Amino acid sequence: MNAFEWVNATTVDEAIGQLGAASLLKAGGVDVLDRLKEGLDAPPRLVNIRTVKGLDRIEGDAATGLRIGPLVTLAALDVHPVVRKSFVALADAAGHAATPQIRNMATAGGNLLQRPRCWYFRSRDFHCLKKGGDTCFSQHGENQYHAIFGNEICAIVHPSALGTALVALGGSVELASSRGKRIVLAEQFFLPPAAALERENGLAEDELLTAIVVPPLGASARSAYTKVGEKESFDWPIAEVAAVVERSGANVSRASIVLGAAAPVPHRATAAEKLLAGKPLTRETARAAARAAIEGATPLSENRYKVTLFENVVRRTLLDAGGVR
Amino acid sequence: MQDATKTSRKATFPTGIAGSGMTSVELDIPTSEPPVLPPNEDLSVVGKRTPRLDGRLKVTGAARYTADVRLPNMLHAKVITATVPHARVKSVDISAAEKAPGVRAVHVLERLLGSAVVRDSSKEIASKYPIVRYSGQPIAAIAATSPGAAEDAAKLVKVEYEVLPFVVDADEARKPGAPLVFPAPADMAATAGGGGGGGGLTQAGNVRGPARGGMFGPPRGDVENGFAAAEVIVEGEFRTQVQTHSPLETHGVVADWRSDGLTVYSSTQGTASVRDELAEVFGLPKTQVRVITEFMGGGFGAKFGAGNEGVLATHLSKKAGAPVRLMFDRRTEQLAAGNRPSSHQKLRLGAMKDGTLKAIHLVNFGTAGVGTGAGAGGPAQNMYECPAVLTEEADVFVNAGPAASFRAPGHPQGCFALEQVIDELAERIAVDPLALRDRIDTSESRRLERRLGAERIGWSRRKAPGSDPGPVKRGIGVAQSVWYRFTDMDSACEVRIARDGSVELLSAVQDIGGGIRTALAQVVAEELGLQAADITVRIGDTNFPIGPASGGSVTTNSITPAARNAAHDVKMQLASLVAAELGVEPSGVVMRGGTVAAGAGGKSLTFRQAARRLKTEQIAGLASRSANYSDGKRAFDRYGGVQFVEVAVDTETGVIRVERVVAVHDCGRPINPLAIESQVNGGVLQGISYALYENRQLDRNTGHMVNPNLEQYKILGARETPVIETILIEEYRGRSSTDAGGIGEPATVPTAGAVANAVYNAIGVRLREMPMTPARVLAAMAAARKEGGRA
Ligand SMILES: Cc1cc2nc3c(=O)[nH]c(=O)nc-3n(C[C@H](O)[C@H](O)[C@H](O)COP(=O)(O)OP(=O)(O)OC[C@H]3O[C@@H](n4cnc5c(N)ncnc54)[C@H](O)[C@@H]3O)c2cc1C
Repeated sequence: MNAFEWVNATTVDEAIGQLGAASLLKAGGVDVLDRLKEGLDAPPRLVNIRTVKGLDRIEGDAATGLRIGPLVTLAALDVHPVVRKSFVALADAAGHAATPQIRNMATAGGNLLQRPRCWYFRSRDFHCLKKGGDTCFSQHGENQYHAIFGNEICAIVHPSALGTALVALGGSVELASSRGKRIVLAEQFFLPPAAALERENGLAEDELLTAIVVPPLGASARSAYTKVGEKESFDWPIAEVAAVVERSGANVSRASIVLGAAAPVPHRATAAEKLLAGKPLTRETARAAARAAIEGATPLSENRYKVTLFENVVRRTLLDAGGVR
Repeated sequence: MQDATKTSRKATFPTGIAGSGMTSVELDIPTSEPPVLPPNEDLSVVGKRTPRLDGRLKVTGAARYTADVRLPNMLHAKVITATVPHARVKSVDISAAEKAPGVRAVHVLERLLGSAVVRDSSKEIASKYPIVRYSGQPIAAIAATSPGAAEDAAKLVKVEYEVLPFVVDADEARKPGAPLVFPAPADMAATAGGGGGGGGLTQAGNVRGPARGGMFGPPRGDVENGFAAAEVIVEGEFRTQVQTHSPLETHGVVADWRSDGLTVYSSTQGTASVRDELAEVFGLPKTQVRVITEFMGGGFGAKFGAGNEGVLATHLSKKAGAPVRLMFDRRTEQLAAGNRPSSHQKLRLGAMKDGTLKAIHLVNFGTAGVGTGAGAGGPAQNMYECPAVLTEEADVFVNAGPAASFRAPGHPQGCFALEQVIDELAERIAVDPLALRDRIDTSESRRLERRLGAERIGWSRRKAPGSDPGPVKRGIGVAQSVWYRFTDMDSACEVRIARDGSVELLSAVQDIGGGIRTALAQVVAEELGLQAADITVRIGDTNFPIGPASGGSVTTNSITPAARNAAHDVKMQLASLVAAELGVEPSGVVMRGGTVAAGAGGKSLTFRQAARRLKTEQIAGLASRSANYSDGKRAFDRYGGVQFVEVAVDTETGVIRVERVVAVHDCGRPINPLAIESQVNGGVLQGISYALYENRQLDRNTGHMVNPNLEQYKILGARETPVIETILIEEYRGRSSTDAGGIGEPATVPTAGAVANAVYNAIGVRLREMPMTPARVLAAMAAARKEGGRA
């Protein structure tokens, strides 16, 4: 780890004033510390935003939607009564990430903006495409945890459980800089390798994420989230799915199905969503939708199992969201 | 009184399994041995569940581990490791590093420890520096005034490589024309211990051996005849991965070189082994090297000898004239500090229709990286009664960190194969797996253990594979353990009584976590009629009488008889002093419950009052381990152990959950059942972690390990911990003055095999490759469906 200067920001403006090429923002620091220790980042200055007041609130309700401060911890999201009751996918995504200790430290903003966990990217031994090198080592290497969609350039998987849930919920992020504020739909915020190889989202160097915005769900809509890991303690998903099912009468009026740990960005299963629209949610339609969700997968040498796995997890999550047992 | 001219006497020992028909055996033992110790039920301290005397120190953080040692003016070291898997080092430029702020010494390794070496040194690649044969191999180290200064300076060391072709995959390494890890046949002194590591084997390319036969001799019988006579033949091909030891405390030392001698604080399993290696490397008499291990955070077999870390730190301390702390970081621990070798086993078994075994043939290719000893044949050779057994075990060199002995070398991998094939045989001849084992296993302990375990787990509930409705299928499986009663004769203790009645035990033996401190206190307390907490136990220091190296489950078996004999010696000294006052012969003095008395109802003193009668401030007894008692015909003793595992397999995600384990074990006379249960818990958890998660993964294209940490290298955690029920049997044979045995290894030998058998019982598909990940479960199920579809 390099020696660096430490700055405690106390206001949003102060934090923004510190941003730039020489600074790295630190919220919970879970991801930042790992990167510093491996030498992936060697910033002259760390700007601690944990000391900024007022960014750790969850506001709103089922009817208005939510505004979540970036410093809200995963642990707090997990147990917040409104989130638990009306935005189940978000609560479960937060509550199943990592470990209790990490969830107590990890912030919602940091979770969305964490760098991918690809072991080639994370190791100083590999100068990969993402780090300005000329090889994606996973393509013909140890790729059992890598992407099965959108993996032709770089096969990282999107790491944030909240990101996956947020895209399913149609949420957005609020970004602030000295130039002002902008709100970007989560689905557009996360960028695939073809659009941005050395970063994973549209956050500019001088921007601070100031809020996560979740629109209200229709009265007949329900959400669900499933994580499958090789183990439950201290581990990442090998598959995760967030889904929202909205009904009109007996039929699904709108479904939103998003796969995490599947592609470099939260992967929207549009074909599956279309297939369900206008149909009742049954074991059969869920099965058909799950099959549609994995259509077009391009597994690598060691991750073919993920295709079967995702098919099963999509089906289970849909049935869960639809209350079908 | 005994006849002083006689050197031996007859003594009658309890023998058998407590609660299951005890008898007695008469043996000739040296007259110097203490009286026979009755079974645990007649004792007051030994055999009782005793919380660790140092438990409080450990959980409050007060216990000082090597990593915690801070000496005045101590420097911090950083190791420079190879960034390529195979190369000749052309030059190491340390000039910039030496001038960096805070740097006090730099040392470049002249000789690498822990790797095989080319047998005929003239055939080694000519090189000034050790040839780099794996990514992460230690090359040099820097000592500086702070860890940060050392790390910054390390970046200034320039290593110039002449890169050589490499191979990290064992299958690739076996192919003709594969890059050669060693240019000529190579041997290793301290092998990984799984078999096949012995010196002088032939080597073709990267394949060394095979070695035929095992620890107890050459192959038995003629397997060809055996297979010809067999009515049923079952066979299978099994693969197990490389597992790293991953102790919480990494390898490391604090070395303090002074003009009058060297003191080294070391995280080691063998204080004497560190002393001996440093004495040899630095040309010092052993008496001038002191090794201290107050507490240590795990070793599992990888922490014997000084290692490259010990040698580097000592050189740095010598150069800098200050103590040097060198603890491996987690990455170097994963790459260069040892591992359990892989195996690729083809196991073939011939039997009669009633289950009687006729032949066992194992062919194994394992890799210990740049080390040797990757055999896995122990269970095939030693578990079951079989007239013809042939094991052929070859080491395959690859460009990866050397293996080291790891908790029952060769055995967890061997049992993963053997116990599955035994279950397959049971299925083929339509016999219950336990009933088959009853027929072919002559071990009395395991027979009882099978019965006790089957009752506890509810074996009769066991259903046909795949019979659960729904995607989650449950199953129960069993597998057995075999391990050997090794004794380390370098085991000695001194027991002192001071005039104030305080008692102290001294020995160089280290506690690697099994709780030997407490066991020693119990043995001494039992002898002197005191409580375990009354005994001050000072261990882990080579200034004390020599202690055994803790490997192979030898510690309790080796050192507790020495402790008892020393305690008995000092007890008799005290008894002689007070005998006249009590009005009995010294042999009639009884020490029990804190009193020193002339038998029941006779005159008595408290222990303290008796101690006040000492004519000098202190009396002491010193004893070394005496030879195991024998009637001249005893076979090499073995430990049993049977584990039952209940799993739930989600057939849609491939995730296996171990829900419950019943572990039934024997270890001679249990000294501290509480500590033994802890060891069993640890063995079971490490076994499940091995079966399902752990995997040292090397990148096939670059040779680097992709998961040299504890995040992507996956180890079981709290959520994966099943209910573990331990049943411990007490098995007496009169083998020593304590008749105690070990448990560390037996507890982990059968676990992976039992998990695999339970998975089969759950889903009806055999997993022959570890770790048994969701990917493998889903693939095996898909393959079985395809085969079923074709049939
Ligand atoms: C063993 C392990 C298992 C894990 N498992 C999971 C899992 O299953 N699912 C999952 O989702 N996550 C998982 N995580 C990741 C963990 O949740 C994230 O590391 C954590 O959420 C990051 O939050 P933080 O507050 O610590 O972020 P930091 O480390 O403080 O920051 C992360 C990044 O975000 C930037 N940043 C943070 N806040 C802002 C802001 N407001 N504006 C602009 N930039 C900002 C930082 O500059 C940095 O680049 C796991 C982590 C570990 C170690």
